[in-house]
Amino acid sequence: MKITKDEVRHISLLSRLLFTDEEIEAFSKDLNSILEYVSKISELNTENVEPTSHPLPLMNVMRDDVVRPSLDVEKVLQNAPDKEDNCFKVPKIIQ
Amino acid sequence: MELYELTAHNLHELLRKREVSSLEITESVFKRIEAVENSVHCYMTLMKDIALEKARIADKIIRNNNNFNPLTGIPIAIKDNMCIEGTLTTCSSKILRNFIPPYDATVIGKLKEVNAVFVGKTNMDEFAMGSSTENSGFFTTLNPWDLERIPGGSSGGSAASVAADESIMALGSDTGGSIRQPASLCGVVGMKPTYGRVSRYGLVAFASSLDQIGPLCKDVTDSALLMNVICGYDKCDSTSLNYPVPDFTKVLGKEIKGLRIGYPKECFIKGINKDVKESIEAGLKKLESLGAKILEITLPHTEYAVAVYYIIATAEASSNLARYDGAQYGYRNAEADNIVEMYSKSRAEGFGKEVKRRIMLGTYVLSAGYFDAYYLKALKVRTLIKNDFDKAFEKCDVIVTPVSPTAAFKVGEKMQDPLQMYLSDIFTISINLAGIPGLSIPCGFTGNNLPIGMQLLAKPLDEEKIFQVAYAFEQATDYHKKKPVID
Repeated sequence: MKITKDEVRHISLLSRLLFTDEEIEAFSKDLNSILEYVSKISELNTENVEPTSHPLPLMNVMRDDVVRPSLDVEKVLQNAPDKEDNCFKVPKIIQ
Repeated sequence: MELYELTAHNLHELLRKREVSSLEITESVFKRIEAVENSVHCYMTLMKDIALEKARIADKIIRNNNNFNPLTGIPIAIKDNMCIEGTLTTCSSKILRNFIPPYDATVIGKLKEVNAVFVGKTNMDEFAMGSSTENSGFFTTLNPWDLERIPGGSSGGSAASVAADESIMALGSDTGGSIRQPASLCGVVGMKPTYGRVSRYGLVAFASSLDQIGPLCKDVTDSALLMNVICGYDKCDSTSLNYPVPDFTKVLGKEIKGLRIGYPKECFIKGINKDVKESIEAGLKKLESLGAKILEITLPHTEYAVAVYYIIATAEASSNLARYDGAQYGYRNAEADNIVEMYSKSRAEGFGKEVKRRIMLGTYVLSAGYFDAYYLKALKVRTLIKNDFDKAFEKCDVIVTPVSPTAAFKVGEKMQDPLQMYLSDIFTISINLAGIPGLSIPCGFTGNNLPIGMQLLAKPLDEEKIFQVAYAFEQATDYHKKKPVID
């Protein structure tokens, strides 16, 4: 058993995904079987091996801090589910 | 022969000689779409009015110029995870079912510059997560070679559109094989360039260190022509390679005498289909007859590639898909009482099962207490996999492998067990982890007339070797000339 139902509930909270009890059950099964499989990498000795997060030897790609044109506010808001006064409108965040 | 059956380079000749117009070519493609789209279901959105307008503009340019880009006036299909300003871009997900991008992806801008004609946006596995296009939030695309089978994924719509002549060429994206595998299963040529060759700006991100856009075409020449247009440094993509782009067509026709072709011994796996194995072996013999030297090589960490991928890709995806929260775009559950409920319900209702599965897996492997054992460990094994390729390329110029252990499987066949589906990516996945280029070329058919593809790999930035070998193989065979008969 790689992951318990409680852990699955915790992960779903971190992921901001709301599940029914049946879905928690189904995901627990799936995740257990997948985690069982991917755990095989623990067989390998990776002492002194550097991690590769990126296939290219690129570091700190920056641009000069110069103001340049961006998107029109109108375009930015065109897909907004709800908007007001040139802002995206969402349920109250701070209670 | 109908215009829609031809390749881009054939059509370019006809356009140059003023024997046809882009309008005629575009109308021909749409006629074909009317005839077979209800059987194949490649497209999420068709762009007929825009296409005809672009064709007329292309014709004007062609009339007034003797030299124009080979893609001018050519109808091309675009996978629905690349932004075209003003046109629906859904990633085949309900969470983006009404999303209209306010900007063009860089590759779209490049295609607009050469006046290519956009046919439409093609169906895919939702957010590019899948190997069969069955994970689309809306419908499954079918394989033109057998309508009871899948076209592969996640660029299934793009691959099927080229195979069915519903587009002259297409763009797809590849994170773990999503161009190469559907290319193989649909009998077309598909390439994943070296990571960083093609800008990801405007490509909806799945796994940022693995994603690449690439061509799906009817033959090697068309692939080279499309690569010429889409490759290049882009300052809008901080993972873009600032490295000159050669004219990939220059190597087509160069003989392959003396080139060393490596075949990994780890490819002789248990689950491989007999016809696939025999086609690859015959392919290697053909390359040998053309003068190449075949030698056995080893990629010792092949058996860990799928495990590493499903840790890294899902981790990156859990981060990239955090933006779909109903706040600024996409689907929002409007009844939620508070912000967390808005996020959780919008995402639960908007995302499909496989997407949720991968977000959960990715979140888990990055979470406190598990990060070292899974994610960090996987990054280290990724180094070992990359080193395997570096060592192998000291002994050979090009590596040949199968693309998929089987030909196209039936709709529904692998949907019961997600792990089964994941394991079908065994040959393509390590290529994305290492960042090297890879191409799938038709190399045979199964006993029941399903296409089989052969994968060609090269060192980073050495797409030219791949094109050289692929072209030589293609010209010595006629698999690329066969077309499916669609009922």
